[in-house]
Amino acid sequence: MEALFSLVVGVLTASGIYLLLRGRTFPVIVGLALLGYAVNLFLFSSGGLHTDAAAVIGESFAPADPLPQALVLTAIVIGFAMTAFVVILAIRARGDLGSDHVDGQQGEDGDMLQ
Amino acid sequence: MSLLWIPLLTTVGVVVPAMTSRYGRKLCVAATLIAPLLALALVLLHAPAVIAGEVISLRLSWIPLLGLDLALRIDGLTLLFALLILGIGSLILFYAGYYLSAEEDDGRFLAYMMLFMTAMLGIAMADNLILLWLFWELTSIASFLLIGFWGYRSDARRGARMALIVTGAGGLALLAGILLIGQEVGSFAMADVLAAGNLIRTSQHYPLIVLLVLMGAFTKSAQFPFHFWLPHAMAAPTPVSAFLHSATMVKAGVLLMARLNPALGDTALWAVSLSLVGLATMLYAAWFALLERDLKGILAFSTVSHLGLITLLLGLGSPLAIVAAIFHIFNHATFKAALFMMVGIIDHETGTRDIDRLGALWSMMPLTGTMTLLAGSAMAGFPPFNGFLSKEMLFEQSLLNNLLGALSIVIPLLVVVAAMLSVAYSLRLIWSLFFAEPKLTREQKAQPPLQAHDPSRGMLAPGLFLAAISLVVGLFPMTLAAPLLNAASLAVQGETTPVFQLALWHGFNMPLLMSMAAVAGGVLMLRQQRRFANLAALFPERNAGLIFEATIQRLIRATLWLTLRLENGSLQRYQALLILSALAMAAIGLTQLENLTGERGMQPLDGMLFLGAGLMIFGAIGSALSHRWRLVSLLMLSVVGLSVSLTFVRFSAPDLALTQLSVEVASMILMILALFFLPQRPPLMVSGRRILRDLILAASLGLVVAMLNYAILTRETLAIADYFLRESVPGGGGTNVVNVILVDFRGFDTFGEITVLTLAGLATFKLLNRLRLFMPAGNIEGIRWSRHRYPLILAVVAQILLPLALLVSVYIFLRGHNQPGGGFIAGLITATALLLQYMARGYDWTRERLPLSYPVVAVSGLAVALATGLGSWLFGYPFLTSAFGHFHLPLIGEFELATAMLFDVGVYLAVIGATLMILVNLGRVTTVNRPTLEEH
Repeated sequence: MEALFSLVVGVLTASGIYLLLRGRTFPVIVGLALLGYAVNLFLFSSGGLHTDAAAVIGESFAPADPLPQALVLTAIVIGFAMTAFVVILAIRARGDLGSDHVDGQQGEDGDMLQ
Repeated sequence: MSLLWIPLLTTVGVVVPAMTSRYGRKLCVAATLIAPLLALALVLLHAPAVIAGEVISLRLSWIPLLGLDLALRIDGLTLLFALLILGIGSLILFYAGYYLSAEEDDGRFLAYMMLFMTAMLGIAMADNLILLWLFWELTSIASFLLIGFWGYRSDARRGARMALIVTGAGGLALLAGILLIGQEVGSFAMADVLAAGNLIRTSQHYPLIVLLVLMGAFTKSAQFPFHFWLPHAMAAPTPVSAFLHSATMVKAGVLLMARLNPALGDTALWAVSLSLVGLATMLYAAWFALLERDLKGILAFSTVSHLGLITLLLGLGSPLAIVAAIFHIFNHATFKAALFMMVGIIDHETGTRDIDRLGALWSMMPLTGTMTLLAGSAMAGFPPFNGFLSKEMLFEQSLLNNLLGALSIVIPLLVVVAAMLSVAYSLRLIWSLFFAEPKLTREQKAQPPLQAHDPSRGMLAPGLFLAAISLVVGLFPMTLAAPLLNAASLAVQGETTPVFQLALWHGFNMPLLMSMAAVAGGVLMLRQQRRFANLAALFPERNAGLIFEATIQRLIRATLWLTLRLENGSLQRYQALLILSALAMAAIGLTQLENLTGERGMQPLDGMLFLGAGLMIFGAIGSALSHRWRLVSLLMLSVVGLSVSLTFVRFSAPDLALTQLSVEVASMILMILALFFLPQRPPLMVSGRRILRDLILAASLGLVVAMLNYAILTRETLAIADYFLRESVPGGGGTNVVNVILVDFRGFDTFGEITVLTLAGLATFKLLNRLRLFMPAGNIEGIRWSRHRYPLILAVVAQILLPLALLVSVYIFLRGHNQPGGGFIAGLITATALLLQYMARGYDWTRERLPLSYPVVAVSGLAVALATGLGSWLFGYPFLTSAFGHFHLPLIGEFELATAMLFDVGVYLAVIGATLMILVNLGRVTTVNRPTLEEH
């Protein structure tokens, strides 16, 4: 189980990194999201993998470590804020530069309406 | 407590000149003088006790974890320095009132001077090494500001920068030395360090400690080869030179060496380094003082030379040599400050500082002349001035030294040579300025002769006063100086303070003979000054300033080259470098592990796990492969997101699963919206090599991360989970430990997080302002968007769903403290429900029915959370302490209320506000309600 879990985290990381290295803003955003999943899973797993052991007092005999869960919970929300910021930055960059290249090279695409 | 008032008074004094400068020069100076004079009075109140041998100290805990305390002390050495800093400082502030021309910004100048005074007092009073270092750096900064006071002059800017770099770098070395000392001793408190001398001297780091501490002291006190900044610092206004660069700041280095003498001194390394560096500095600088033409340059080099003298005495290290060093610190401050004031007066009255242009001023400026005669004689070491006494002591102690074995005799010989030079440049100052005719060039002769007269009494008084002190102390040393010296040497030498006799006349002995030789040699040298100058002119001029500047320029070029190498404007490249270094770090970490699999066995697998893992791997790789088909890529991403949420369910994290699920909805809406504004299918413009490189990078990092994760998962980890599980119900009043951690145990973190969330929302708000939009008219196949913007079925369903969703979110919120749920999740559910209305009915329709300003919602959420946290102060508890209780209501029964719930309301509102702020505003830009500049 542990090996499979780490394999998944590794694949998520690798896919995220690959997308992060693309030259257009949208894949970078998707890559960041994937990397975010990987990081959250990694952090979460530092408390160990427990089945049927929610950290609610009285519900289970040996509850899972609640601290990584609390940390990851806020990390998910912060991750959303960051994604939102990057998305809007990308839109703004395209609006101002006419291109969605991450280095802000002046535009080459033509599907502009206004 | 009155100890604390001394630096506090001068700190308050920093703002006084800035506030009073508009009421005119006289009032401003008078008001500024109040604080240092009061502080001086406070110091003097402590003087009798200190002279009796007491050490008065005060300790307030500041950052105990770092060993940093606000600890102050007054012992003999502090007393001496406090008198110099506050006494000479007040005289110089008074003098500066006359020196600065009417249009100059006296408020700023005096404020800087007060800042320096505070910092210097701090060095003298600090009873903790880290605190001492803080003030040490503050003096460097004050000195930078003061040297650069005339910032429109390039020499002032260069001098200021050079002084800051040299003394600042020395300060960093000193910090390293202090940290090493702290490591050896286990404390930064002065008393502990001074008592641990044997421990430090025998430690293996001792040579390094000495090197680092001396780097700090030598740069500050302008010892060879770091002396070069001091002559360049003379670009400062003359009161600054008198105060910082002769009387006090440059003494910080020797103060430090004296202060640490019990801890570091008394070894051959210490003695030889100090004596040789001091001797070299003394000789070298005295030679240049004799050649220099600029009056301030002469005084600057002479200051360097005298600092060398003090260092030499500290290096000789015998009890009497240390007394002499302390005595000379005082003597030098008095006569040199007076001489600087004299130069300021002459510059002020004649408009030049060139010694060759000036001459025969005695008849025009008799009072300035008297001042120079007195102070200059003290500097030359003539009887009956105080300079004579300390110089005689130096002669005597240099004869007794045994530092270099059979070669020891060299030291007294060289000391006499330096003394001759000192006599020569002192006499040159007096003679050339006031008695000799000026040595003018032909063009200068054509100009009208200089006309000058003594300045107003106010400008003369401080200098005359100091000059008089150097005479009176010379005449009555046992009455005036001995008690203070005794106390100061007690501070430096501990119990073994020597009995000494200060007198002008000790009978015919070797030191007297050396003094006579120095005078005779000095007079001879002065007569040959022209020849020396011609001789020196044969050597190529080595301007330390230019060399320093060239070094700095080379350094800047090198860093620029490196920066341009690393920073070529390509994000992809930065990321590749970043990932590569992360890879290297992680790989190094892995090599430290003996084997990858830890001691804990693996849990068994089941079919569901395989399915989930398969889905996630499929989604992740699919999303990476299809990144040019953006909608597909996004759908693949959502597969991963949902599977992550299921993973959390499987591994006992219901709160995480709920959060992930609701965030997933919001972020998918966001990204689909983004897709609308970004190109549908970008051109392919990537080389195969680039793809290969990225694949290798991505795969290796993925592998390393997987291995790290595996290594962690198969090991037992030390967790603090037990604490939270145990304390959750009794301490936080909730059974859902995750939620209790969020709103109670680590509520401060959560507060930070919702702040970040709100800030991100506000930032996107700003970014959408005046956006130029690219809006496609149809999809990528060229099919136009449907004209029916709001599908009927969705609208109807959304309307039915809204109350249900709100109900669910309230339920989730209320049970959050005890069951999975809470403010974060409830907020996201509410936000999604509202968002659905926007999507189904459009911005205008929803806006009409729900006229909410989301920034206001988010900020009020923050305010509620903050108010809850601050509320606990009212009851005398630390920030965010929660209280809870059980209540009974008829019909509903027993229930529980906790203040943490109120905090969670804040979280709830902030999450709704921020999420909708982001999404609604982004959606809004597609409508006619797009924000424009006029709106803000």
